[in-house]
Amino acid sequence: MKFVKLMAILLSLSLLTVTFAHAGKDLDAVKKKGYIQAGVNGGVFGFGMPDEKGVWKGLDVDTARAVAAAIFGDASKVKFTPLTAQQRFTALQSGEIDVLTRNATRTLSRETQLGLNFVTVNYYDGQGFMVPKKLGVKSAKELNGATVCVLPGTTTEQNAADYFRTNNMKMNPVVIESTSELAKTFFAGRCDVLTSDASQLAGTRAVAPNPKDYAILPEIISKEPLAPAVRHGDDQFRDIVDFSVLAMINAEELGITSANVDDMAKSKDPIIQRFLGVVPGNGAALGLDENWAYNIVKQVGNYGEIFERNVGVNTTLGIERGLNALWTNGGLMYSPPFK
Amino acid sequence: MSEPTQPSREYLAAPVLKIGALAWLKDNLFNSWYNSLLTVITLLGLWYLVPPFFKWAFVDSLWNSSAEACRDIDGACWSIIPNNIKFIILGFFPNGEEWRPLLAMFLLLALVVYSKERSRWNKYLGWFWVSGLIVMGTLMYGGIFGMTVVETAQWSGLPLTMMLSFFGMVAAYPLGVLLALGRRSKMPAIKTLCVVYIEMIRGVPLISLLFMSSIMFPLFLPDGMTIDKVLRAQVAIILFTAAYIAEVVRGGLQAMPRGQYEAADSLGLNYRQTMRLIILPQALKIVIPPTVGILLSAFKDTSLVVIIALYDVLKTTKVTLSNPKWTGYSTEAYIFLAVLYFICCYAMSSYSRRLEKELHTGY
Repeated sequence: MKFVKLMAILLSLSLLTVTFAHAGKDLDAVKKKGYIQAGVNGGVFGFGMPDEKGVWKGLDVDTARAVAAAIFGDASKVKFTPLTAQQRFTALQSGEIDVLTRNATRTLSRETQLGLNFVTVNYYDGQGFMVPKKLGVKSAKELNGATVCVLPGTTTEQNAADYFRTNNMKMNPVVIESTSELAKTFFAGRCDVLTSDASQLAGTRAVAPNPKDYAILPEIISKEPLAPAVRHGDDQFRDIVDFSVLAMINAEELGITSANVDDMAKSKDPIIQRFLGVVPGNGAALGLDENWAYNIVKQVGNYGEIFERNVGVNTTLGIERGLNALWTNGGLMYSPPFK
Repeated sequence: MSEPTQPSREYLAAPVLKIGALAWLKDNLFNSWYNSLLTVITLLGLWYLVPPFFKWAFVDSLWNSSAEACRDIDGACWSIIPNNIKFIILGFFPNGEEWRPLLAMFLLLALVVYSKERSRWNKYLGWFWVSGLIVMGTLMYGGIFGMTVVETAQWSGLPLTMMLSFFGMVAAYPLGVLLALGRRSKMPAIKTLCVVYIEMIRGVPLISLLFMSSIMFPLFLPDGMTIDKVLRAQVAIILFTAAYIAEVVRGGLQAMPRGQYEAADSLGLNYRQTMRLIILPQALKIVIPPTVGILLSAFKDTSLVVIIALYDVLKTTKVTLSNPKWTGYSTEAYIFLAVLYFICCYAMSSYSRRLEKELHTGY
């Protein structure tokens, strides 16, 4: 009977953890909670991963922090839920998380059938190939009959198979379950080619025993626009998430960084004044404090800063801006006017 | 007077081939041509495997260095463990509060060690456990005595593994016994329910149960209601383990001779008394070995929560490995984990052997 009592105690304790996450509109619920719940990857360096001390780091993580800074004026008011590829959309649909910043590719079917709204892309990725230089291959078109190291069950595998088929080439896939094993296998010479998203390839090459021996081929065989997502149903919340990303891009366009934002607030330029809320209007329109964009830049940084901090050339990943440069520098990052 | 005759002594060589090390070798390793061959092959194998491993693991290895220093050596880079130990063991638990999960784990260990002796199994022990569990829960969750609240989402690493497996076993065992009794019940409704439950759970792998609990289940809940992720996984593990234990216990129940039931009947014991005093103590005793087998696999199965993104000790290790700095040292990290799991599993199985010996009444 002692046991029955114990079980009863445990059961009642566990019922306490059943919570009602939101009632009504997402934004109201988020404001009432006092923090946003963000779904992140948890295992991809530079995008969403805890460091040695368990502190979340990454481009996607900083994007979620920007949303928190916009809504609460405090970038730390965000809790992270690590999610697998299978869980991520359900978690968003069921209300377990408020915003998904987990390197998810925006596609038509996800937007429509899954009932999600993707917002502005925070990283343009694409799938590429890496080969050892001694193979003498200069283009992916020369890879006929190659053994290809690839992760299972991802779009990566599918894309590679499609690419080889459309080019009438034969592919011998070597399927390996985890990213670190994949890299080890490739460097040990068990396959000729490693295929993955270009952002991953750069990071993998950086930790090769001899990085100079490997080359990333010029072909990018898929488009992977990675964007944060919210669920259908609350357009105001969607706008806030969208403009949080755009604010970081706009800040870089305007030359505003976390270091000089206080000086820039004194600027006479009406565009900067409107953006930083010195001239009010934008905040009220979004239903936020007029300081929202100032808070994002001050606490998180502009897009260039979060890019360089997490994945840029001075990090282990060492990724060039490429497609993710501002439109003025030949990239795709472009922000609409903030007025 | 004759001189005492010296008994003639024959000096024989020591029978080196009959006793001593050489003899043992001859008898055990070289007693026939095929055994000699096997011995030689084994020795050759060891010769090729052990020295390189020893050199890799101990001679050329680094134990506490930076990741950069490891790039220049050929041996093992054990440095990955000390450099990441906080995250591997405690995961997301807030910095500065590390003593709380450590103390909670120590308490659990102490309680387990204390409960080892059967002479201490009395009602006070029950209360020890209840209060111990409450203290542990408080330590982990916080919220009082000035401790900050740490939500279950931040419970990770070894405490999570221990919690999932410990509660998984402790709650699944009695549930399994009840299910086994239910399956042997004469009441059709209860019997059908138990059979359906057991067969349904045993018909699917644990992975699909975990997927159901983490991906499908939230969609069925009323809008806006969520149930804690850790709790969902915990329940799935308990339900799964219980079904397997039920079948093992049923085997024990069926092994009891009819005479035992009849003896209980003739003493005028009712069903509950019969089961509690006569049948279950004997039945549970004879199924100790298979039960421990199931508990061991339940313990190792908790690592499957990786696939629903709970950060048990396997997942924290994997995350450490996805940091490009440490990506190349998966062998070292997995060896460390294997040792950790081995210690726990070995402790469990050697305790069960002891318990079996103690309970052996020799009929």
